Amino acid sequence: MPYVPNTPDDRQAMLDAIGVASLDELFEMVPPELRLGRDLNLPAALGELPLSTHMAELAARNTPAGQGVCFLGGGSYDHFIPAVVDFVAGRSEFYTSYTPYQAEASQGNLQALFEYQTLITQLTGMDVSNSSLYDGGSAATEAVMMAMHATRRSGRVVVAESVHPEYREVLATYLANLDTELITVGTPEGTVSPDQVEAAATNQTACVLVQHPNFFGCLEDVESLAEIAHRSGALLVATVDPISLGLLKRPGDYGADIVVAEGQSLGNPMSFGGPYLGIMACREEFVRRMPGRLVGQTTDRRGKRCWVLTLQTREQHIRREKATSNICTNQGLLALRATVYLALMGPTGMRQVGELCLRKARYAAERLCSPAVLSPAFDRPTFKEFAVRAEGRNVEQLLQVAEKAGIFAGVPLGRWYPQLADCLLIAVTEKRTKAEIDRLAELWKTG
Amino acid sequence: MRNTRATQLLFEMSKPSCRAVQLPDCDVPMQPVEELLPREAMAPQPPPLPELAEPDIVRHFVNLSTLNMSVDTHFYPLGSCTMKYNPKRNERLASLPGMIDLHPYQPVSQLQGLLELLYRLQQMLVEIAGLPAVSLQPAAGAHGEMTALLVAAAFFRDLGRKRSVVLIPDGAHGTNPASATVAGFRALAVKSTGSGFVDLEDLAAKLDEQTAVLMITNPNTLGIFERHIGQITQMVHDAGGLVYLDGANMNAILGITRPGDFGADLMHYNPHKTFSGPHGGGGPGAGPIAVAEKLAPYLPGPIVVKDAGGYRLDQNGPKSIGRVRSFFGNTGVLIRTYCYLMTHGPDGLRRVAENAVLNANYLLARVKHIVPVPQGDRCMHEFVASGAKLKADRGIAAADVAKRLLDYGFHAPTVYFPLIVREAMMIEPTETESKATLDAFAETLFRITEEDAELLHDAPHTTSISRPDEVQAARNPILCWAAEAKTAP
Amino acid sequence: MTPEQLLYSKTHEWVHVETDSSGTKTATVGLSAFALDLLTDLVFVELPEVGRAVSAGEPFGEIESVKAVSDLYSPVDGQIAEVNGPIVEKLETLAEDPYGAGWLVKIKVSDDAGLADLFAFAAYRKQCEEESQH
Repeated sequence: MPYVPNTPDDRQAMLDAIGVASLDELFEMVPPELRLGRDLNLPAALGELPLSTHMAELAARNTPAGQGVCFLGGGSYDHFIPAVVDFVAGRSEFYTSYTPYQAEASQGNLQALFEYQTLITQLTGMDVSNSSLYDGGSAATEAVMMAMHATRRSGRVVVAESVHPEYREVLATYLANLDTELITVGTPEGTVSPDQVEAAATNQTACVLVQHPNFFGCLEDVESLAEIAHRSGALLVATVDPISLGLLKRPGDYGADIVVAEGQSLGNPMSFGGPYLGIMACREEFVRRMPGRLVGQTTDRRGKRCWVLTLQTREQHIRREKATSNICTNQGLLALRATVYLALMGPTGMRQVGELCLRKARYAAERLCSPAVLSPAFDRPTFKEFAVRAEGRNVEQLLQVAEKAGIFAGVPLGRWYPQLADCLLIAVTEKRTKAEIDRLAELWKTG
Repeated sequence: MRNTRATQLLFEMSKPSCRAVQLPDCDVPMQPVEELLPREAMAPQPPPLPELAEPDIVRHFVNLSTLNMSVDTHFYPLGSCTMKYNPKRNERLASLPGMIDLHPYQPVSQLQGLLELLYRLQQMLVEIAGLPAVSLQPAAGAHGEMTALLVAAAFFRDLGRKRSVVLIPDGAHGTNPASATVAGFRALAVKSTGSGFVDLEDLAAKLDEQTAVLMITNPNTLGIFERHIGQITQMVHDAGGLVYLDGANMNAILGITRPGDFGADLMHYNPHKTFSGPHGGGGPGAGPIAVAEKLAPYLPGPIVVKDAGGYRLDQNGPKSIGRVRSFFGNTGVLIRTYCYLMTHGPDGLRRVAENAVLNANYLLARVKHIVPVPQGDRCMHEFVASGAKLKADRGIAAADVAKRLLDYGFHAPTVYFPLIVREAMMIEPTETESKATLDAFAETLFRITEEDAELLHDAPHTTSISRPDEVQAARNPILCWAAEAKTAP
Repeated sequence: MTPEQLLYSKTHEWVHVETDSSGTKTATVGLSAFALDLLTDLVFVELPEVGRAVSAGEPFGEIESVKAVSDLYSPVDGQIAEVNGPIVEKLETLAEDPYGAGWLVKIKVSDDAGLADLFAFAAYRKQCEEESQH
């Protein structure tokens, strides 16, 4: 019992005070026939030292991409995390506190989340941000459900096939029990055709969901898509890469109505896919349809500025079955990390990271595709990620050649897109160097 | 020591051309950005983020942190949240580079250590639940609820029997009815008896061929074990429905009794409560679910399986509801869960429950003379005291007591929940608190009830702010900072 | 209007029905002082758009305080003819003059069968007294 401070004497004194003879008596309300009556069949307890050894052994049997040369992407990226992010998030008062039910004892969390909400609106150009959701995938689905409430249309949802396949899968899971038609518009050229979206968007369509830059790294024609969605009375829901917003036009400036994003890139480790950070921001008129916690500014009794959870009547603990969503808390610690990250980066840092990713990715694409071992899968402008086709070559074999050299070279696309079975998705962050890119190009030229 | 100057916002501290990060020079050809991107895709200028220096940022956030109460600094008896000590070894071990620097799309051959851990965790959660199949994917408790309900919906759809109603006792968490709606069901409340048990007559009246699931929290939100749980689950099963166990209160029954053994078909865990995952100011958590054999094919993947070639990820089968979030799940939280379970073993885990129940009963015995506990003299891991008499006699509300506790260095209990107890104060001490702390809390509670009512109405007096104006916040929502914001710091 | 002249629903809306010379019935709907008192500090009212069809017993809008939210139910079948737009910005009117300037909507009645389920003032007051004892 490593974390129980009471001694046997304490326990006896407590039992006496309660007026029972034994611990067993305290469990009288559990009917005897339902008791387990044996020990759980679990591994024996390990002290801190043997547990540390055991965990080190398990960890040693993993090959962490983040410790090598990582070109893996597809929604999880190897961006640099400044030390200050870990330092701040490691403060006990942040990581061992909980949802700020008592505002007077939680001003640190509340102010940090208010700063997070503000930073997200600055980054996205939207009016309002919530204080975060689970991850990018479920945030995209929450945005679609929110659009259905906001437009009072639940007949149809239109989604581009270039949206992260796992995000689309989450959406399909949530919609399975509802009478909503999910229309997926194909993207054989790497981006979605505005004309095809226009044909799919009816007067019963709640929203058009696009990703920009999309799953293949390509830039979508978001301005036309926003116009088309609005023409049919639908909302444009955009899922974006927050790192791209140092450079690319902000969603609020191209007409998006709800913006969601995977916030992992903003100071959070890859951590095998979670915990991550679901970012969500929207136009002001939809704020009462928004899921998740919101922090608002107010004043205390002495007139001092302070922060509280607000507009809580949207939420499950008050509205119960009529709530905007069943979501209870947010991803506080990851939102805090993103807040610190954005404060450190500032406008210049975000622009520079964007430029580094863009230039390095473009260099990598050119380098890997000449001489023509590989070819670009799509003829579209890209940001930090791109798809290449390895015609006549075995994708798995290419990856193995790279792996032997400590390079995690790319994500095979065939798993989600059978027509792209000979394609790889390659992501290039600011951490990658020219030497690493050259080394991979050399390996594949000869391999 | 708290620095009272630390209430400026990042945006107000911003100075043009202040820098915190220095990025490496570009080592590839410096092509102009305009040649690499279509003009219409580019932002005319970078986003208007604040500009700050690193030392100022660090001081800002460290000072902010001192405005929070937390488990490491204060007793935090927030009922239903299980605010137990968060072991430091778990933080270190979950942050090993071999764990934290893994990309979700690495091939499984590079992940054998992690997959073994997750596989073993699945098995441990199976054993603790008494239910044979587990999905680790859901990201939080409420997410687990919804996932399990989608599993139930798929099961009935497959049987060709569409059932549309989910029954929920009126003392349940709000997430239960909200999850039912999100999953496409109609939520219907079942009454509680005066002593907080499910009203069996009302349940019988509401069970019919439309009943898909009864969602039940056991021990319930009053901290008492449903003594008729066997009968309740039998009634639901006889009506052709399934029983869902909200695992929020598993801390009381670890190794004592198992949901699968008392008739639950589905359940979720809250590893951030029961298994000591740090709450992080409101997340991240996780919400693994466990289900009966007949429901296993509907679970969301990926699920870790073991075969001759080692461990691998089984993606969604033909009957699976499909994934409920991207990637595997909240792996970082799950690694901490594994460390917690490995630290305790079977004996240690049962002792966690025993000591949680002992602490709660002791505190109940100490405070029941100060604030009555309507449910009686015994509880499991938590209890709900009522301030109704205090309110009637002296005009002191539960909120007043809660706020005043902050002045004495205690976090407040959960107040005004569950809704079925007037002036509710829900107190959960957890097993990681000492008798001395509980004694001090009880004495303070007594002292507060003797204090002048006016003093309590104005509490707290020593925190960084006094009571905030929530009406103003909701009427005129200010949800982000704006340069022209009217209120001065 | 005085409270004694109105009809009340069990969900606390008050109703006043007028018939014009052509026989068209219009129901003015508001929220009782008792309900407003229970809700305490109001923060938001959502009213329907003019022209929307409503039916008896179905919600036409919502009213929120900091910690509670209630649907607003229509007592009759019909169509929204007019809404009290200004109160959305001036919520204090509701509590100040619940039976006058604090009205919420006017409904052009197509079927007034729902009125049969309403209470007169005395019966409504009795219901409220019982509720406040809980």
